[in-house]
Amino acid sequence: MTTLVEPQGPPPLAEGGRRPRHILLQRARRSPTLIIGAAISLTLVLVALLAPLISPYSPDHQDLYNILSGFSSKHLFGTDELGRDELSRLIWATRTDLRVGFLAVIFPFCFGSVVGTLAGYRGGWLDTVVMRAVDVLIAFPFYVLVIALIFVVGTGTTGIYVAFAVVDWVVYARAVRSTTLVVRESDYVAAARTGGLPDSRILLRHVLPNTITQAVVYLTNDVVLVIVAVVTLGYLGLGVQPPTPDWGTMISDGQEFLTTYWALSTLPGIAVLVTGLGLSLLGDGLADVLRPQ
Amino acid sequence: MSGALLRVRDLTVSVGRGERRYVAVRDVGFEVPAGGSLGVVGESGSGKSLTLRALMALLPRGVRAERGVVELAGEALPFTGPGARRARRGRLAMVFQDPLSGLDPVYTVGTQVAEVPRRVLGASAAASRRRAVELLRLVGMPDPERRAHAFPHQLSGGMRQRVLIAMALASEPKVLLCDEPTTALDVTVQAQVLELLDDLRRRLGVAVVFVSHDLAVVRQVADELAVMYTGRVVETGRANEVLGHPAHPYTLGLMEAVVDLDDTAHAPQAIPGALPDLAHVPSGCPFHPRCRFASDDCALSDPGFRYLGGGGSDRGTACKYPERVMAG
Amino acid sequence: MLRYAARRVAAAVLVVFGVTLATFLLMHLEPGDPARAVLGIHATPSAVAALRREWGLSSSLPAQLGHFLSQLVRGDLGQSYIYGVSVSSLIGARIGETAALVAVATAFAVIITVPLSALAASRQNGWADHVVRAVSVVGLALPAFWFGIVLIEVFAVHLHLVPVGGAGSGLGGHLEALVLPGLTASFAMAPILVRSLRVGMLEVMDADFIAVARAKGLGDTRVLFAHVARNALVPTVTLLGLNIAYLIGSTVIVEQVFNLNGLGSLLLSSILNRDFPVVQAITLVLGTAVVFLNLATDLFAARLDPRIRLR
Repeated sequence: MTTLVEPQGPPPLAEGGRRPRHILLQRARRSPTLIIGAAISLTLVLVALLAPLISPYSPDHQDLYNILSGFSSKHLFGTDELGRDELSRLIWATRTDLRVGFLAVIFPFCFGSVVGTLAGYRGGWLDTVVMRAVDVLIAFPFYVLVIALIFVVGTGTTGIYVAFAVVDWVVYARAVRSTTLVVRESDYVAAARTGGLPDSRILLRHVLPNTITQAVVYLTNDVVLVIVAVVTLGYLGLGVQPPTPDWGTMISDGQEFLTTYWALSTLPGIAVLVTGLGLSLLGDGLADVLRPQ
Repeated sequence: MSGALLRVRDLTVSVGRGERRYVAVRDVGFEVPAGGSLGVVGESGSGKSLTLRALMALLPRGVRAERGVVELAGEALPFTGPGARRARRGRLAMVFQDPLSGLDPVYTVGTQVAEVPRRVLGASAAASRRRAVELLRLVGMPDPERRAHAFPHQLSGGMRQRVLIAMALASEPKVLLCDEPTTALDVTVQAQVLELLDDLRRRLGVAVVFVSHDLAVVRQVADELAVMYTGRVVETGRANEVLGHPAHPYTLGLMEAVVDLDDTAHAPQAIPGALPDLAHVPSGCPFHPRCRFASDDCALSDPGFRYLGGGGSDRGTACKYPERVMAG
Repeated sequence: MLRYAARRVAAAVLVVFGVTLATFLLMHLEPGDPARAVLGIHATPSAVAALRREWGLSSSLPAQLGHFLSQLVRGDLGQSYIYGVSVSSLIGARIGETAALVAVATAFAVIITVPLSALAASRQNGWADHVVRAVSVVGLALPAFWFGIVLIEVFAVHLHLVPVGGAGSGLGGHLEALVLPGLTASFAMAPILVRSLRVGMLEVMDADFIAVARAKGLGDTRVLFAHVARNALVPTVTLLGLNIAYLIGSTVIVEQVFNLNGLGSLLLSSILNRDFPVVQAITLVLGTAVVFLNLATDLFAARLDPRIRLR
């Protein structure tokens, strides 16, 4: 990620093609990281999907007689400064932030992986151009560039999608490119090329299965960082706009009430933490399982 | 035998985690006289490297010396604890196998050699640097003053091996333990390093224990031989005797497996069967499943090790029926 | 070494040029008219046109670029639309605060990373190792600004150990005021660095030359610091350099949370006020800082590891 750069080098290669499914499932079952991560992530996704059903109140419903009330039986986590039920807002914010986070990484993942593979495989001027672009983009402090882009495009979810599309693809491109470089030099790719197979086939059958694994591992880590970034932008007022509930705006709104009712700022943060934890563990677990042993 | 400088007895090393431990080295013993040279031969997995490491108290995680005695000039050396390494200073030193991975890539070779006089022997920085250059010259490095400023990746394999030898000699040991020091080198460079070791032995009077899987190499260096199989010593004696008239079927098998360009009548023959793994060592004599001289009782009881013949010779074998082997 | 340094500096200059260009293009893509924004909705078209001419916005894009570059070469970063003073003076007033914050954050990052990694590596798979790894994973998922808020809540509001916000006076007050912000910002990088250094140390500890060092008779402390740490530091220093961009970017956030008067908060307000020249200049300054800090860490890494100089 342009934000945090992981120290991962290209992984050792598997022989061309995929490993048998049952071996992967076996390893998956034995990995506690993967299981816990999957459990947490799945729960969160369910909460997000089922929000309309499980949320006790509508997130916009204002109970003006009950402003800033603490924990009570009527409002499990209390209410905010406009009388809105905190628990409901948390649940709906889960829906918002997960949705925005997942959507925001799609373009970077696809575009970055494709560009990285082509750059690594073809080399030449394409590679140089891509790498120079990557260098320049990486030189920009992440938030500076994102904020500037939002400045150009406008705040709100559109701004977020565009900003991440421009900024985030570089990590995928770089990671995929280095894996591709390694794969390109391997024996079975050399054999395929001398055998006269067309490039597209080589890329699809031999290069992609190896590089895609690396990209997926990055994806799981990146989603965490993107979600954190979305929340941060919300905090700054540049991300998801009210009245749509979002953890970031909830934290920002609650900041002035730190002394009176600290839960308003704290609970959304914990939600982000749990989300990040679940997805990180899922990612680490997946990386362990998919790594060629 | 009296007069032995280095004496090892009943050395046993186990490998494993927690409850499950395997014996990798069992009751190993040998002796090396001052200025002598002992070759320890065996395939990979015979436990020869672990033996050296145990002697140096450098066993890796999960590997433990269960028992044994190591004596240098009559003084026993401990295997563990802080005193272990201090006790070996100036007495034992080791030359490792892979010169590239054996040298720290971020320091010059001169600094690394000088580290011994400086940090271990307490000499001044200037004196240590001088000593380092001296040592490099001693091991035959051309232009040592300049080369001392080189980094390991800038030197060839042979040069790097010389640096390792120089580092080992820096503490002025009485015994030099060499773990396959020529395996990573080309044949021509190998010959140079072997010559160097021999030369150093004669000039400095330091005893050499040379571990290798390569019979041809060991032949050139060693006066005495110890042959190891599955962690045990199976034969000892003067090199030309052991190689000329093996007293153990394994040694005989090794000799027969070697290509002899001068002997066109006999083609090399592999030893039948395969090396057993640590967890499944055969009962009784561990070699018996592969041995053409074996009788039924060879599977029943461990023959142990005994010395043959008298007259001060340390010829010994772990075979119950050495006479069968010697008959051919 | 000199040749390597020269090559890297040349590459850095090229990247800075790219950054300059990109920033310029970015600013001029923005829809809406800053002149109109400043003058208000009731401004007459001629007044707006006059202001645009004064600001050079009426000429063509290439001409504007040329003007910008020629000004830049002379060290002139333009004038702020909002404040009416030179951008350089605005930046000059605030750059110290941001620089101090970055320095404190980096110091904290190092102070946190090195002992934790050494502890985890020396007691591999022990409870200390697991705790450190767990904290790393949690740290990655932590939104820095939220962490800052929590810190304020605990240490400033309840425990009264440090001031709640603002810059403080005098050197002591200044540093005190930077403790929480610095700590918050360092948490952005610390988890990644701890992971990297821990793995690096474990790998080095298994290397042959460490066994050789022990065989030479060197004591454990010397081996740990002069050989294990020295080798393990190299990839982590490189990683630190790569993450400086993120650290600098996160000062934008941290300055908001703690109410500091640095470049970050100026950038934010300028963006919201559509103050072109300021946004452009700050982005350029921060981008350049990143490139050169990166360069500095790369050169430092090359100084530590002679093999890097070959590439």
